[in-house]
Amino acid sequence: MDTAIEVRNINKQFVLRHTRSIKEALVWLAKGRRGDLSEKFHALHDVSLDIQQGETVALLGFNGSGKSTLLKHISGVMLPDSGSVRTRGRVAGLIEVGAGFHHDLSGRENVYLNGAILGMSEEQINERFDSIVEFAEIGQFIDTEVKFYSSGMYLRLAFSVAVHTDPEVFLVDEILAVGDEPFQKKCIRKIKELAAAGKTLVVVSHDLDLVAKICARGVLLDHGNVVFDGDIDDAVAKLRSA
Amino acid sequence: MTSTLSPLVRPGLGGGLGDVVRSRFLLKLLVRKELKVRYRGSVLGLLWSYVKPGVQFVVFYVALGVFLGLERSPKNPDGLANYAVYLFSGIVLINFFTEALGNAARSIVGNGGLIKKIYLPRELFPVASVWVSAVHFFPQLVVLLIGCVVSGWRPNLLQLSAAVAGFIIVALLATGLGLLFGAANVYFRDSENIVDMLLMIATWASPVMYSWTMVRDKLGEGFYSVYQANPVTVGVEAFHYAFWLPTTDQSAGIPPHLLSLWIPVGLAVSIVTLLLGQLTFRRLEGRFAQEL
Repeated sequence: MDTAIEVRNINKQFVLRHTRSIKEALVWLAKGRRGDLSEKFHALHDVSLDIQQGETVALLGFNGSGKSTLLKHISGVMLPDSGSVRTRGRVAGLIEVGAGFHHDLSGRENVYLNGAILGMSEEQINERFDSIVEFAEIGQFIDTEVKFYSSGMYLRLAFSVAVHTDPEVFLVDEILAVGDEPFQKKCIRKIKELAAAGKTLVVVSHDLDLVAKICARGVLLDHGNVVFDGDIDDAVAKLRSA
Repeated sequence: MTSTLSPLVRPGLGGGLGDVVRSRFLLKLLVRKELKVRYRGSVLGLLWSYVKPGVQFVVFYVALGVFLGLERSPKNPDGLANYAVYLFSGIVLINFFTEALGNAARSIVGNGGLIKKIYLPRELFPVASVWVSAVHFFPQLVVLLIGCVVSGWRPNLLQLSAAVAGFIIVALLATGLGLLFGAANVYFRDSENIVDMLLMIATWASPVMYSWTMVRDKLGEGFYSVYQANPVTVGVEAFHYAFWLPTTDQSAGIPPHLLSLWIPVGLAVSIVTLLLGQLTFRRLEGRFAQEL
């Protein structure tokens, strides 16, 4: 098996800027630069991770542990301060469903726009269009502007576009709580299908029972450090006992 | 599995403007989206692209041409012949520049929601803004051409190519500055206010309302060269040469060396600006996601 994602000693610090106004900067200078204008926050601390092709990995941890930040580094949205991230093949993020949707466009236009944003070509979208609409159960509303959609319809369409992008590596962030229960089951089935088809899956979720069903490996993060990396059940047990 | 053949690559490092060419399809969709949502819910819709410059033109024409006496008339033989065409050919280009740069400078912050969540070549957004402005420029150009034909326009091929060159100069400049200020705007929202100010200056720092001879007479040759180094000035003069001059008796003349010197200089300045904009953009884009 080949490595799909290779994360080597990455560090990420966020600057929590208190002020950006000239007035406050001048006051700060006048006071003899006392105190810090900005405060730093270590979001990821020397994180290393190797994920093989076809692995299903859950990133676990409490709020603010750095899971989503790590996912953003893998997708390329963020670049590490030090260390390196390398990926093989096309990576698609379900980082937030519907981020590329525009309310004033019809469902059809949004499928094309969002598909292209997620890296699909025109031919691929044409080819998969019917399948996308069918999976989303949108039917005749596909030419209606999405602002008239119910929130469930909206999320279903967005999720459907995302799962049809067919990347080698799938990044999933808290999107499994989509739609009503039948649709949720359908989504989970689809994700399992992707995993069975040999796609690499990296999932961030707080729904521990769910990730235990989907993923085989669990990586536990705490304040930007990897504290556990191993079997999913052990990782979940460790997080629950923490 | 074919994917095993692809090498490990570092995500998030784009190929700059080259990536924009590679994602033409996405660019097309972004432009189409912008055009569609711009006038959403308005009764006049795309007509606004005609109405706004039309009103602007009438205001300037009455105030400058009639009241301040820039238009040639029996009582005012020193004025510019066909001042209406002169004014409008400059205004359409300045409007294109203003809209392109203004929107490009806001495009990164405006699309922050997307940039924070999904990686895609971020240069797409400023480029799409310039493209949208070019689409809005087109109907105005049609109106200008109608005005020209009515006034007896007889251009030659050289004049038409000068217009194309003028447009390219301004488009490249708007893209370069748009990348620069769009990226800077993520860190300092002052940037968009600076752009607004620059755009206000740009309208008056080029011979849109007045004649280039007035500038030369007041500034002298030395400072006039500085004035001429502004690519927008060169673009406007190229438009005058292409659209206004052929409607007159051609006695007014064009700025010396416009074709042999200033159009190449304008093109060079625009290309350097574009390179600088791209360079700055690439330096700053790594931290877009966390700063937005």
